[in-house]
Amino acid sequence: MKLFPILGGIHPEYRKELTSEKAIVALPVPKTLYLPLQQHMGAPANTTVNVGDTVKKGQLLAKAQGAISAAVHAPTSGRIAAITEMTAPHPSGLPTLTIMLDSDGKDEWAEPMAPINDPFAASANEIKARVAEAGIVGMGGATFPSAVKLGLGGQHKLEILLLNGAECEPYLTCDDRVMREYAAEVVDGARIMAHALGAPKVIIAVEDNKPHAIASLKDEAAKQPNVEVVGVPVQYPMGAERHLTQAVTGRETPARKLTADVGVVVHNVATARAVHQAVRLGRPLVSRVVTVSGGAVSEPKNIEVPLGTKVSELLDFCGGVSKAAKRVISGGPMMGQPLPSLDVAVVKGTSGILALTQAETNEHAPSPCIRCGSCVTYCPCGLVPVEMASYIRNDKLDLAAKIGVQDCVSCGSCSYICPSHIPLVHYFNYAKGKIAALDRERRKNEQTKALVEAHNARLERQAQAKREAAAKAKAAKEAAEAAAAAAAQAQPTTEGGAQA
Amino acid sequence: MSIVIDKSGPFTHGPNNVSRTMFTVLAALVPATLYNLWLFGLPAIFLFIVTMLACLACEALCVRISGGNADRALGDGSVAITGWLLALSLPPWAPWWVAVVASVFAVCLAKHAFGGLGQNVFNPAMVGRVVVLVSFPLQMTSFVAPKPLFTPGSPSFSEALTITFGRGFTLDGISTASPLGHIKTELSKGVPVVQSLDSLPTIGEMMIGFHPGSMGETAVPLILLGGLFLMWRKIISWHIPVSMLGTLFLMGAVFNALDPARHAGGMVHLLSGASFLGAFFIATDYVTSPVSKSAQIAFGIGIGLLTWIIRTYAGYPEGVAFAVLLMNALTPILDQHFRPRVFGRTRKGEPLPVRGDK
Repeated sequence: MKLFPILGGIHPEYRKELTSEKAIVALPVPKTLYLPLQQHMGAPANTTVNVGDTVKKGQLLAKAQGAISAAVHAPTSGRIAAITEMTAPHPSGLPTLTIMLDSDGKDEWAEPMAPINDPFAASANEIKARVAEAGIVGMGGATFPSAVKLGLGGQHKLEILLLNGAECEPYLTCDDRVMREYAAEVVDGARIMAHALGAPKVIIAVEDNKPHAIASLKDEAAKQPNVEVVGVPVQYPMGAERHLTQAVTGRETPARKLTADVGVVVHNVATARAVHQAVRLGRPLVSRVVTVSGGAVSEPKNIEVPLGTKVSELLDFCGGVSKAAKRVISGGPMMGQPLPSLDVAVVKGTSGILALTQAETNEHAPSPCIRCGSCVTYCPCGLVPVEMASYIRNDKLDLAAKIGVQDCVSCGSCSYICPSHIPLVHYFNYAKGKIAALDRERRKNEQTKALVEAHNARLERQAQAKREAAAKAKAAKEAAEAAAAAAAQAQPTTEGGAQA
Repeated sequence: MSIVIDKSGPFTHGPNNVSRTMFTVLAALVPATLYNLWLFGLPAIFLFIVTMLACLACEALCVRISGGNADRALGDGSVAITGWLLALSLPPWAPWWVAVVASVFAVCLAKHAFGGLGQNVFNPAMVGRVVVLVSFPLQMTSFVAPKPLFTPGSPSFSEALTITFGRGFTLDGISTASPLGHIKTELSKGVPVVQSLDSLPTIGEMMIGFHPGSMGETAVPLILLGGLFLMWRKIISWHIPVSMLGTLFLMGAVFNALDPARHAGGMVHLLSGASFLGAFFIATDYVTSPVSKSAQIAFGIGIGLLTWIIRTYAGYPEGVAFAVLLMNALTPILDQHFRPRVFGRTRKGEPLPVRGDK
């Protein structure tokens, strides 16, 4: 298959060998699970259980609320111990409403949803509803509710479901293992999604550094007429949705549009597996494969983890973290996020937990920019990070916006390559947040202004009406008086008039 | 604004850093420098040391005055590059005070008056060179024929001390012009280029650098080797050197074909003066050259063009330093006008049309 070049990109040290040959192992169900009601983009889910309720594995705990949201299910059987605020697995460390589930140790499944035996005969809506019911979100880390994305077929003419198995972040091998060990489930899930989307073709793109995954998937794909597996060059950020789309199809997604606008929808391979389980087995998303790795972890592993497991317990299962750990992050080292504490839960978007040493993070104090231009050369979005950063430093956010700071995908290539160790991505994230906030503020001000203007106009209209009414009344009165006066004088004038 | 640099990723970083970059550049300069120090003997070695020490001292002084950490500033290697390139651009037998004056202007004025590392608009080494060139034209255009170390005629230690630190060398006795200076002088006397070329080194001799010139500019193959090394290490890209040398060669070749009596050929332009040193080590200075590739090509073309114009029409035989400084002034404008195309957008910055939209 012909591939297309993508702009820029870097080759970070991969460090996947720490876990790539470690088969997925299951984590014994922890005593207590902590399930945040917000494990996805969009509105938090609404609880459907109360403290003290006993639940079975797979039972609904909280249902989606609003157009973009996802349900939460019990990862094991047990009793709801509390519904309380706990630290979110997010760098902000803000509290978020969380269901605490005490396991009863039986790990008993609830009655599963009825399997859809022939999904290819089912309607798109039926599959979409099932995916929504199963609480599936994008498992590559973006956590966008998958059912919403499966609805794109309604508004766009789609040609390709592109399954993202690039896994271009260093360390992470969870997708690699899923593709190797569950290739059939991945391919089946992908075909079901393509059916729901109305996309005639499935292309599974995997970075060339995962030959075993490519081989297993090819074996499965060979059984299907419309599924193709393609190896893509090892080049970070190949796993970025728009870049992968361009590499595989040559189609460049216009700014501010979706890949669906060029006929392509991208889903992660682990999401496809979750869809398979939801549709064929009636199982909701209650666990996921997580790579636990990094130089500060004693025994790096790939683990099937019940959602809601505390990160600290997961790390204990891997022999604990050494004192050399400089940072513990969730996700890959390029786009992952630092954890506020080890007491936060594994959620649907947690692809990796990495404990990195100083040597691995290679963190240094920033030095002055020497304008080497590496950030420009390696930016996969064609941006000029050096210039954007200098605008942001000088608080000229409008100029930064003008040259494209909002087109930045925060992939981190510029920061990674910068010889001065300038935290460029941090600048851009700051600017994007600030610009969005200013926009909201401006819209709000405009709205307020419009309301005030409308109010003033209304008052003015009322006053005007009053004045007019008064004037009319006065005029009428005067007219009446004039008429009366005229009537009073009628006799003589009439006479006179008659004379005239 | 306040940035908490402790939050956003990435949480890994490539092996590169500023001093590693700078010291790679220095390493690339070593072969050409050693060869030329050998070629021009002890006075050149003394002058090289004086220039380096003067630049390092100026840097330490300026950083300390502005309250910075002098050790860290010296350690980043940037001032070592300035000193090194400045030394290479001086006549090898120039007196010590020329080097010191050039260093003060290069480091204190061109670099620190603009705010230090990364802030300067003009290439410091070239500012230093141009200041002494216009201030002391006699010393700056008195070149010597190569007198390699350990060969008869090479100055002894005490002679070398006298040349660099004493009364200087007897100008009439051994001074001679660089090839470009020679052509210029002869042209002004009405001698056509073709004829003046006869008394010049051949292309082959120029290739091996065996002719009068600044300390480090004559060993073209070794400079090219260093340049290729920097490209291989991805410190520089081909855009500036190729566009600059290409333009210079093209201008030389075209005008030589049109009027050989008045214009030296492309190869003469390439192999004489600071063309190669300028193309690979001076024009490519990060701080003062554009950051995007298309702007770099425009920048290189500009330097090539200006170098040829200055060499051909201006009063100075050598144009690279002036050309680089002039184009340095345009760098911000070039960067403004030659931005890369943003992914998903047209060159004008509008979002690409959605398929089907006409």
